[in-house]
Amino acid sequence: MILEAFIAFTFVAALVVMVAPDEWAGKLAFGLSLAPFLGSLYLWSQFDAVGNALTGGTIAFESRIEWLEVGGRSISWFVGLDGISLPLVVLTTFLVPLAIVSAWTPIDTRQSQFYGLLLFMEANLLGVFAALDFFLWFIFWEAVLVPMYFLIGVWGGPRRKYAAIKFFVYTNAASLLMFIGFMSLTFALGDSVSSFGLPEITQAIAAGGLGTWFGFEAGTIAMAAFLAMFLGFAVKVPIVPVHTWLPDAHVEAPTPVSVLLAGVLLKMGTYALLRFNFTMLPDQASALAIPIAAIAVISVIYGAMLALAQKDLKRIVAYSSVSSMGYVILGLVVFTEYGVGGATFQMVAHGLISGLMFMAVGVMYNATHTRMVGDMSGMADRMPVTVGILVAGAFGYMGLPLMAGFAGEFFIFVGAFGAPSLPYAPIFTALAMFGIVVVAGYLLAAMQKTLFGPFRLETDYEVGRAPLHDVAPLAVLLAAIIVLGVAPDIFFEMIRDAAGPVVEGVSVDV
Amino acid sequence: MSEHVPLWTALLPVLILGVTGLALLLVDTIRPNARSNTTLSVVSALGALASLAVTVWFVAEGTGDVSTGGAIYLFADAIKVDTLALFFTAIFASVTALVVVAAHDYFDDHDSPAAFYSLTVFAATGMALLAVANSLAVVFVALEMVSLPSYALVAYLKKNRGSVEAGLKYFLIGALSSAIFVFGISLVYAATGSLIFSDVAAEIESLEGLAGVAGIGIAMIIGGVAFKTASVPFHFWAPEAYEGAPAPVSAFLSSASKAAGFVVAFRVFTEAFPIGASLVADVNWVLAFGVLAAVTMTVGNFAAAVQENVKRMLAYSSIGHAGYALIGLGALSGSAAGDSAVMGAAMAHLLVYGFMNTGAFLFVAMAERWGVGRTFEDYAGLARRAPIACTAMAVFMFSLAGLPPFAGFFSKYVLFMGAIDNGFVWLAAVGAINSVISLYYYSRVVKAMFLDDPESSSTLDTVDSRPTALYAAVVFAAVATLLLLPGFGPVIETAEAAASALF
Repeated sequence: MILEAFIAFTFVAALVVMVAPDEWAGKLAFGLSLAPFLGSLYLWSQFDAVGNALTGGTIAFESRIEWLEVGGRSISWFVGLDGISLPLVVLTTFLVPLAIVSAWTPIDTRQSQFYGLLLFMEANLLGVFAALDFFLWFIFWEAVLVPMYFLIGVWGGPRRKYAAIKFFVYTNAASLLMFIGFMSLTFALGDSVSSFGLPEITQAIAAGGLGTWFGFEAGTIAMAAFLAMFLGFAVKVPIVPVHTWLPDAHVEAPTPVSVLLAGVLLKMGTYALLRFNFTMLPDQASALAIPIAAIAVISVIYGAMLALAQKDLKRIVAYSSVSSMGYVILGLVVFTEYGVGGATFQMVAHGLISGLMFMAVGVMYNATHTRMVGDMSGMADRMPVTVGILVAGAFGYMGLPLMAGFAGEFFIFVGAFGAPSLPYAPIFTALAMFGIVVVAGYLLAAMQKTLFGPFRLETDYEVGRAPLHDVAPLAVLLAAIIVLGVAPDIFFEMIRDAAGPVVEGVSVDV
Repeated sequence: MSEHVPLWTALLPVLILGVTGLALLLVDTIRPNARSNTTLSVVSALGALASLAVTVWFVAEGTGDVSTGGAIYLFADAIKVDTLALFFTAIFASVTALVVVAAHDYFDDHDSPAAFYSLTVFAATGMALLAVANSLAVVFVALEMVSLPSYALVAYLKKNRGSVEAGLKYFLIGALSSAIFVFGISLVYAATGSLIFSDVAAEIESLEGLAGVAGIGIAMIIGGVAFKTASVPFHFWAPEAYEGAPAPVSAFLSSASKAAGFVVAFRVFTEAFPIGASLVADVNWVLAFGVLAAVTMTVGNFAAAVQENVKRMLAYSSIGHAGYALIGLGALSGSAAGDSAVMGAAMAHLLVYGFMNTGAFLFVAMAERWGVGRTFEDYAGLARRAPIACTAMAVFMFSLAGLPPFAGFFSKYVLFMGAIDNGFVWLAAVGAINSVISLYYYSRVVKAMFLDDPESSSTLDTVDSRPTALYAAVVFAAVATLLLLPGFGPVIETAEAAASALF
């Protein structure tokens, strides 16, 4: 029952903050959000899962309560964690308090609603990573969208309405597609499953339970379902060419929302791809390995190229997320323990690093009220600590060893280079590695222009040192990035344990 | 129901509503000149809640259920109390309770609110009677008992041109459809020689030369049902009536009165004209309802998408939802398990719809009371002045659109899945596409309330009062819409059990 208490507490905290007075809603939200973080550390210390939750491993904190029955299949409240979901749960509870602190300066209207929605979103995110029943998962998955829509639409920048609606329409259309894809799978499974539990469905598919439905062969249905789900999740990740909502959403969203959007919401997409597409339908995934790897590499290079062309610091970081997510897809599709494990590790690492970058850019924006590269230079003179951490974070992005980003990308490249199931794997890997060069190019160029040289600012704001509560979350994030970079095994061991069974699911016939 | 309790007590939910209506008249007779708005509202709400409580208790006890000896027949089989009837009575009683509570603030400054409460409760009595009808004659009488108060209710603001015009239009079309309906009944009686459902069903297979007469009669009855449920082709009155009527009346008509139309349809077409027998008589009403369902939801959704007036948009959306509920009749395949699944899903959808749609119209009632205007633009920035009510409205809108964290998602899901399981993929596909379209116009309301800025800072100054009762009704409907998600299990199980008794 510990997971229930964990999620329920976050919901209650959201309600409490929602009705608190605006003056101290931020502090209250921060205090309350520490409890889920401590809770997740407790979960980590008690973690005892073995293998992958979907393929029949032991699930930690498993809890199942029958909910209702529809058409001969039961829907239940079914939650539990394994080595893939626990790191993401920890990441979520770690980022939310930091995001709340980073909101103290920029958010100055309707605070209680803002922080309440933030906590409400956290509760649903935890639900997404913990749910092991399709319907439960889907409800949490969609419930994340609603607070996000308001967070962007109410507290965002000048084009916030456009960005919020674009985000909402894109992701909802994608959800529908994914939903139809998954439903066609359950129809094809027929009577061989009696519930919407993800483990049961995964194992039934692996055991060859897919039958014909409405005159379509099992293989056709599986392939169609794979494509529908892949497209649905690709929007969330996002992968080129369905990435266009992301820069708009990021640029218009207030800083703390950007932090969570890049840090956790994008991971929902890759997490779902791993759980649904690559764990449930490994044969279809490896049959499509070449096109998927090609899309991944295009995302890496194209995303980096787009970032290179931007003048807005936030847009640069946003597009570089597209690029980083390309690595994750590449890691998933190679079907090696290091590839899939590295992809999962990269989800956490990127969550921390992109969170740091968005936060640092936000701190600078609080002081300067501009994010344009041409509008400022020599920021290092005025905000030495912030700039120092931003530079360190950027090096993390470029994959400097002993930082989390290096570990993630290194694992992916190691796994991808010798992948047996992906033809031309070395070529794909080499191309993706080239992306790092572009990343280094645009980050160094942008930093040189804005951070160093003589101080100059086009706006009339007085720039001084940022307040402590702006800089502290940056320092905490940087520390976490370095800890994960130095000792990746604190997560990577359990990730590998859970990723192993996924890899075994694919039949290598190359 | 145990042995020593007289059988007529099974009618208690209906009787409570009827007595409440009479009690309201009494209150008004004793103190004709006093402003007794609060007393009237409390009495009618207590009556509706008592009826609801008894209904829920009966369902829990299994009154009229197969497990406790099957349906209870009264008055020479003219009345039949079973789970289906109780399920719908619960919908009527809940909606009535919400509406009369909300009306307390809406008719706060009205000269004579007494008639409103008694007419509403009498209409609810008619609906509850409709739910237990087992004879075409009772159906017709009960239907008129619902319709006549409804006409008066729509025209209740007699100094408001829109209200009077809507009432007149509603009355004219209603009178016409009543005539058609009763003529249909007489043709069926002519062909089968009975008005009791089971006797009609027994006769309908062996009609010989009279099959054509019965067929025309059934088609006319479909027309009457289409009027009551505001389905194509008798939907034209709905936008006019719902827009012109006082908003609590619109809420009552579009939720409860629509459900009343469906209880007639579900019962008459499964018990009096069973699928198999009707096919023998060359009357394929399943196909007719399937086509009507698809056309109704498409017409309703496309018309709703182009509206500028929120109340009118809700009116068309309620036509769209009639289309979804018609799937319960249009996707029947003749297999008992599949049929009770899809009809049970339609019933569950009507229950969920009862809360979310009533809530949405009551929010409009609140906006009318504030005097903020009727269009989407007029709602701009409303969330800044009334965050709680606007959050509730957002819940209704997202739930009506069928988005997951709300009950509307589950009820639509089981409905479409039921249709697919019965082999009606096309009907489910039309429904799913319509749901996607509906998200556009529902989200416009949310966007206006939360994201848009008001034209000037003084536009919203009229939003100064906090009508307590209206607020309570709206918030309660929102909470119910949320709680029906985790609590959907018992609802769908009861609905399916109720429907399975029909096949």
